[in-house]
Amino acid sequence: MKGYTKGMKKPHVQKKDPISMLINSVKRDWSLYLLISPVIVYFIIFKYWPMYGVQIAFKNFMPSKGIWGSPWAGFKHFDRFFSNYQFWRLIKNTLGISVYQLTVGFPIPIFLALMLNEVRSKYLKKTVQMVTYAPHFLSVVVLVGMVLAFLSPQNGVINHILALLGFEPINFMTEAKWFKTIYVFSGVWQNAGWGSIIYMAALAGIDTSLYEAAAIDGASKFKRVIHITIPGILPTAIIILILESGKIMNVGFEKVFLMQNSLNISASEIISTYVYKRGLLGAQYSFASAVGLFNSVINLILLITVNRISRSTSQNSLW
Amino acid sequence: MNNRLDQGKGDIVFDIINKFLLIVILIVTVYPLVFVASASISDPMEVLKGNILLLPKGVTLDSYRRVFRNSDILTGYKNTILYTVVGVIVNLTMTIAGAYPLSRKKFYPRNIILAFFTFTMFFGGGIIPTYLVIKRLGLINNFWVMILPGAVQVWNLILMKTFFQNSIPEELHEAAYVDGGTNMQVLIKIVLPLSAPIIAVMVLFYGVGHWNAFFNALIYLSDRSKYPLQLFLREILIESQIDDMMGSSEAIADQRIYAESIKYAVIVAASLPVLMLYPVIQKYFVKGVMVGAIKG
Repeated sequence: MKGYTKGMKKPHVQKKDPISMLINSVKRDWSLYLLISPVIVYFIIFKYWPMYGVQIAFKNFMPSKGIWGSPWAGFKHFDRFFSNYQFWRLIKNTLGISVYQLTVGFPIPIFLALMLNEVRSKYLKKTVQMVTYAPHFLSVVVLVGMVLAFLSPQNGVINHILALLGFEPINFMTEAKWFKTIYVFSGVWQNAGWGSIIYMAALAGIDTSLYEAAAIDGASKFKRVIHITIPGILPTAIIILILESGKIMNVGFEKVFLMQNSLNISASEIISTYVYKRGLLGAQYSFASAVGLFNSVINLILLITVNRISRSTSQNSLW
Repeated sequence: MNNRLDQGKGDIVFDIINKFLLIVILIVTVYPLVFVASASISDPMEVLKGNILLLPKGVTLDSYRRVFRNSDILTGYKNTILYTVVGVIVNLTMTIAGAYPLSRKKFYPRNIILAFFTFTMFFGGGIIPTYLVIKRLGLINNFWVMILPGAVQVWNLILMKTFFQNSIPEELHEAAYVDGGTNMQVLIKIVLPLSAPIIAVMVLFYGVGHWNAFFNALIYLSDRSKYPLQLFLREILIESQIDDMMGSSEAIADQRIYAESIKYAVIVAASLPVLMLYPVIQKYFVKGVMVGAIKG
């Protein structure tokens, strides 16, 4: 079908301009266009309309005048945010949590996948997979509920165990210094298994003859992991790392919000919880939008930068 | 797979360490789950005194009886089931409607439309502008606010499109067109019947998402009769606990025992439906669905 014999002219269609191509395509496959149109409408309404609405960050939003009618305010709200006494604390908390999260949460699923790949017992492998995937399906509310129940100074099992070992009980949730660690490690418990799936898929794609050749050359199991397995999953790991970097300022609102209380707030107030409180609870729409926009722009810049670095150093990139 | 290649002492040590670490991981992961299950069927007094470390003591289903007598939890259950069922139907319809045209090479604007969708994964208006749009649409405190704003997830759409492209042979399409089939007939009679694995995974992903959803309900719903289970769970599991920690509760001993005893039963009752669904669909995860998806 595809190969044209020599001398035969290429089909005429290819020379036409994009507009008439589109018109022809719509005529031919109108049902596909009809099918996808509600999805496009969805994205316009629920994703692009809010992006258009983000202009209120540069305005003094008045509900009576709407997004378009409200008067411009320039960078006033951004100035107010940058000079706010909370500014550096929010940045420090947001970055602190996500960098901690990335350094602990990124490598663990890789190690888990490598270990599962090397284990001899099929039964142990299946059991570990089954069990470590399960917490991923618990809701954030349940997870935080479990964390609070386990760490409760009066009734929590962790403090009961500490007491048995002769330690004083610790009120983990009201001491700001514990916040990040609890956030990160409860996240590891919940998501490490699930995160390893993508690497298991990548491992399944590695050519087994490489291992055989290495074994014949006398390479130990450890060396085979270092020289064959790890390079084999590196592209996947880099893509995940790029995606994660793009989220570095997007610490999950829900979990932090649920773990927050007035005593740990100095470590737990992050940009998104601040936006929620000022914007939705305090009705300072323009100010909160400015804070949110600042956050999104930093994210986008991070994503683009990491993607570019990765593309030039390792040829792996999202685009 | 490379088991038979084992040789040497180093490899044996490697295997032992590996196995040992995996068993440690297994224990650490499974312990909280076992503890919750044990505590939920134990005598509340034993839980409160800290006598439960692993196995249940004074087995009773009292806590579960109390949970299912709680009218909030029943309302939440009913609402969440409704949101999940309607939500998943909308999600599946929309995801297929978006993914199928994008999977067809002959669909001329597919790259532009895909970029239009994908961009929203990396940039968005943020919660305040989104809130204003939802308000403008009159969706505040409306049933549909739990369904429509999350009608399609870009990532899921890409997974589905990739599945359509990679797992359904092009020859099947061509044969159908030769027989005079239309695009819609091909989708319904050929593509969808062959897509059971991806549809199962989508039902799981979207279903779990709806079951566990909390954020939209928190900001858009004010009417308690519309609350999903997760908002009531928050009251039972988190707000009560925080009051307790702050020392602000003048909780009578009785009430505290009550709260403690139902806490674990509530966790089990709220999570079991989802955890039961997952082993059924688990076999599809690694095979086919994840492979190749990452670079879409």
